[in-house]
Amino acid sequence: MADVHLGADRASAVERAAVDGVLKRFGVDPAVRYETERLVISGTARRHQRRHYLLPALHSLQNAVGWISPGGVNYIGEVLQVPPAETFGVASFYDLFRTSLPDHPGDTVHVCVDAPCQISGFEELAASVAAAGGHVHHSPCLGQCERAPAQFVQAVGGPDRVPADAESFRLPQAGDPALRLLRRIGVADPTSLASYEVHGGYRALRRAVEMGPDAVLAAVADSGLSGRGGAAFPTGVKWRAVAAETGRPKHVVANCDESEPGTFKDRIVMEHDPFAVIEALTIAGLATGAANGWIYIRGEYPLATARLQAAVDQAREVGLLGTDVAGSGHAFDIAIWRGAGAYICGEETALFNSLEGFRGEPRNKPPFPTTHGLFGQPTAINNPETLINVLDIVTEGADRYRTRGTEGSPGSKLLCLSGRVARPGLYEVPFGTRLGRVLELAGGMTGSGELQAVLMGGAAGSFVGPSSLDLPLTLEDTRRAGTTLGSGVVMAFDTTVDITAVVVRIAEFFRDESCGQCVPCRVGTVRQHETLVRLSEREVLSDRRRGIIDDVAAVMADASICGLGHTAASAVRSALDLGLIGSGEGS
Amino acid sequence: MFGAGGGTSSYTEIEEADVILLWGSNARDAHPIFFHHLMKGLDNGARMFAVDPRRTASAKFADAWLGLSVGTDIALANAVGREIIHAGLCDGAFIARATRGFEAYAAHVEPYTLDWAAGITGVPPEAIADMAHAYATADKAQILWTLGITEHHNAVDNVVSLCNLALLTGHVGRWGSGLVPLRGQNNVQGGGDMGALPNKLPGFQDIADPVARGKFEAAYQMELNPTPGKHLTLMFEAMAAGELRACYVIGENPADSEADVEHARKLLAGLDVLVVQDIFLTRTAEMADVVLPASVAWAESDGTVTSSERRVQRVRAAVPPPGQARHDIDILGEMARRLGVDWGHPSAQELWDELRSLSPMHAGMSWPRLEATGGLQWPCPSEDHPGSTFLHGWLWAEDLQGRDPAPFSMVHHEGPVEELTAEFPLRLTTGRALDSYNTGVQSGGFASPIRYGDAIDINPADAGALGIADGERVVVSSPRGSVEMDIRIQPDIPPGLTFTTFHFPELVDTNVLTNDAWDPRSGTAEFKAASIRISKLEPAYG
Repeated sequence: MADVHLGADRASAVERAAVDGVLKRFGVDPAVRYETERLVISGTARRHQRRHYLLPALHSLQNAVGWISPGGVNYIGEVLQVPPAETFGVASFYDLFRTSLPDHPGDTVHVCVDAPCQISGFEELAASVAAAGGHVHHSPCLGQCERAPAQFVQAVGGPDRVPADAESFRLPQAGDPALRLLRRIGVADPTSLASYEVHGGYRALRRAVEMGPDAVLAAVADSGLSGRGGAAFPTGVKWRAVAAETGRPKHVVANCDESEPGTFKDRIVMEHDPFAVIEALTIAGLATGAANGWIYIRGEYPLATARLQAAVDQAREVGLLGTDVAGSGHAFDIAIWRGAGAYICGEETALFNSLEGFRGEPRNKPPFPTTHGLFGQPTAINNPETLINVLDIVTEGADRYRTRGTEGSPGSKLLCLSGRVARPGLYEVPFGTRLGRVLELAGGMTGSGELQAVLMGGAAGSFVGPSSLDLPLTLEDTRRAGTTLGSGVVMAFDTTVDITAVVVRIAEFFRDESCGQCVPCRVGTVRQHETLVRLSEREVLSDRRRGIIDDVAAVMADASICGLGHTAASAVRSALDLGLIGSGEGS
Repeated sequence: MFGAGGGTSSYTEIEEADVILLWGSNARDAHPIFFHHLMKGLDNGARMFAVDPRRTASAKFADAWLGLSVGTDIALANAVGREIIHAGLCDGAFIARATRGFEAYAAHVEPYTLDWAAGITGVPPEAIADMAHAYATADKAQILWTLGITEHHNAVDNVVSLCNLALLTGHVGRWGSGLVPLRGQNNVQGGGDMGALPNKLPGFQDIADPVARGKFEAAYQMELNPTPGKHLTLMFEAMAAGELRACYVIGENPADSEADVEHARKLLAGLDVLVVQDIFLTRTAEMADVVLPASVAWAESDGTVTSSERRVQRVRAAVPPPGQARHDIDILGEMARRLGVDWGHPSAQELWDELRSLSPMHAGMSWPRLEATGGLQWPCPSEDHPGSTFLHGWLWAEDLQGRDPAPFSMVHHEGPVEELTAEFPLRLTTGRALDSYNTGVQSGGFASPIRYGDAIDINPADAGALGIADGERVVVSSPRGSVEMDIRIQPDIPPGLTFTTFHFPELVDTNVLTNDAWDPRSGTAEFKAASIRISKLEPAYG
């Protein structure tokens, strides 16, 4: 509160302007209003109403001066009435915020060290950046696996940027008439609402308004659409649960915090078809009766953020967002919140905490988001891929939608091809397409030309060997085969890749990204990493150490609060089981 | 007004209130434990209005801080009352059944318009109206106050002006709504309950009431003096008049804590006999003819304490008193024996049972029940009575349980006795800091990182006009004397007002400055309003 401060440090004029600019951008006044010498308005309600501006305020400070200084923390305490200890606790949670004076001026170049970049020469990239005078920060997956090695420039005093965004973009499947989810990508101008509408945009929203919420909910339920983030929860069930809640404000949230190593599908959708995400989220709002739309996007996606913001602004201008959406009589609007570098914030309840201005630590479930989500209110949360499926479901109907894919997995799936394939990139295939066919689509293996293993579903997924090339990619088949589609990661490794190094890095990733809130994960991910480092030194895993990995995995799976702990041992154990590592035959 | 002196509500009711008026109280600093209950209320959605001349740490938690001029509480309260009446927000049925004097009150407050009150108090009229409407329309509303209300020459008037608001709106006598004076120590309430008041026997029974007195006389087997004694301020007047020649001071440090303290010290020094019973050698004890070392209540004594919510709780001795220190019960028993009466060596429980036999509101609080329940709230008249979470439920009974309706009180705005003048143009008010306690007897021995000593707080504009800098040593003068203090420039204090604590009498005698004008009904001096002048230190020559 205002009577608590962090030493006597005062914010600089630049820092004050940065925080003031955030309030101005969102059209809110400081929590404390000095009316006269004898009247000051403040209080708990005003403080609570402003807490969620903490994350944008921290971004603004970080961008303005390159770190979150004690003076900046004190100023946030003044205007948002967040106690400095809490602000520091939140700032120190995120990879993109520095809480001590940086030892270098200016920009920070984040260079990705996760698998696709790890096997594509990230060291050379880091060395060349450093040689050019840049300050390198090793980063977990930056979501640019198709153009590994990846970098992201976190700027001071200017906009963050990704150098590769300046390059021309081409979808590997461009021109394929079978594309549904990706059909506008590379075709429509992502910066133009008019172009979006020319290519079929906003037909679904108008149709949804005609149909009414119940019919939309029925179509989504009948379509069999399930969440594309990895958990595959039925979207229709989720939406109906939120629609049934009454008497409290409701929210729909687009989970754009795509951070699973190897995943970049939502980034490409948001960058190249942003209006589709906005339109689908608007339909979600109307169908569930939620007036508040939120986009929580990872901080390392500056282009997608800018494109989405421009799309929201254009849609609002023509009444597709606002007090009367598309003449429906319903109010709905969307606010965009940037994450700040934390894998865990892709977990839905961690995302809520992060957006609300708290540390991004997952909450216990139940209660579930449909009753106690964002701000403790009913919330439907979906990722962009799930959302854009709704556009076709609404316009063509559930029956037509179900003609693609399989009975158990209707529709098509976006796959993120990376690693040693000839044409890495984003692909759309109907559910049921076999793994080998997908690798062929991407031009087959490079390197030795011989497949060693595929990491399915990202770091939280599992390895499969060459014997799985006939595996049909459906939810049910992958589950039966003991693997997962997860977020659509298909990361291919040829026989020259040192899989042990890849697995050690996966273990390191989970160690770094565990939020530390619950003991099984906080301790388990460290023990797992230690054991794998030992393995990498000796190449053979003793039965005793294999026992440690299995015990730790069981404890994390049984007792962790969230999916991070549940899946932290998945890829590691699959690599052991397949004999990819620890058999003494490693390269 | 309603009889026995105690907060009408329980802490849990504060936690569930919809609207809280924190009036003349900086509870965050002065009652930090109670403030935790209040913060729970705020987190549960309560709106709080802080009425205080200073924007205190507590006021920073408020939805609105109303910075009234010192001593204008009645002007504000009456204006709130008038606004409630004019807005049609009175509880008419409650007023008709449970009160008397409404018409007279309504006529009395009629001149107290919002604009008039704004002119007197300095608070914008819209804020006064907003507070009035919020209070009147709340389902559950609490008025909490402390010394900002009572340390004035018209303390009782201040209190009843607030009680009027509860009577207008029915915010008393039912769960969640009430009137709560916060107590400064864990057992101030208990002291009053046990009869440590000049006109009351234990359980707030009037010493002038022959029936009540008769009961005690029968129990004690001796005649009691029916004439009320003197409260502290009257005692000092009696000393000045030469009528009071001997004083037995138990656990009090008047040589530091009295207003116009130099005068008080002279009177203490002039006594024939001064006996002090205390756990520390206080400034008063240093002046004493006899000092009786006592024991610490919370660590060395068995017995009970009673909190602001009237909850009687057991305390237990953990260690024996050190050295020659003795339990208060022993000391008093020995005093009685030397004076010719043998009280024996009663235990705390035996004394408690005697109290229960004489004080009806404690009758049901058996020692085993206090042990088992962790504390009971009075009144608790019988052993099958659960204790009372709130007082004055009778106001809501159709027949008022046979009692007289509660009266509205007609009180006028007077303002502080000591007016500002060209010679003494600044208002000085006093108060407490979080990490210090009263005259520092118990807290002065411990270091604190946020303690700033003998500073006087002043608004930046006033400091600028006087040409004084933060931290500068200055001379502070009132009509009664002068002291040297350090300046602390504070944007949270309005122009024209200055503030200091009285925690550091060894550093600066703040009470040299304070006014000893006092309320004849409460005996409390006007610590909250003196007029002063601040001047730069004369440079030393030669």
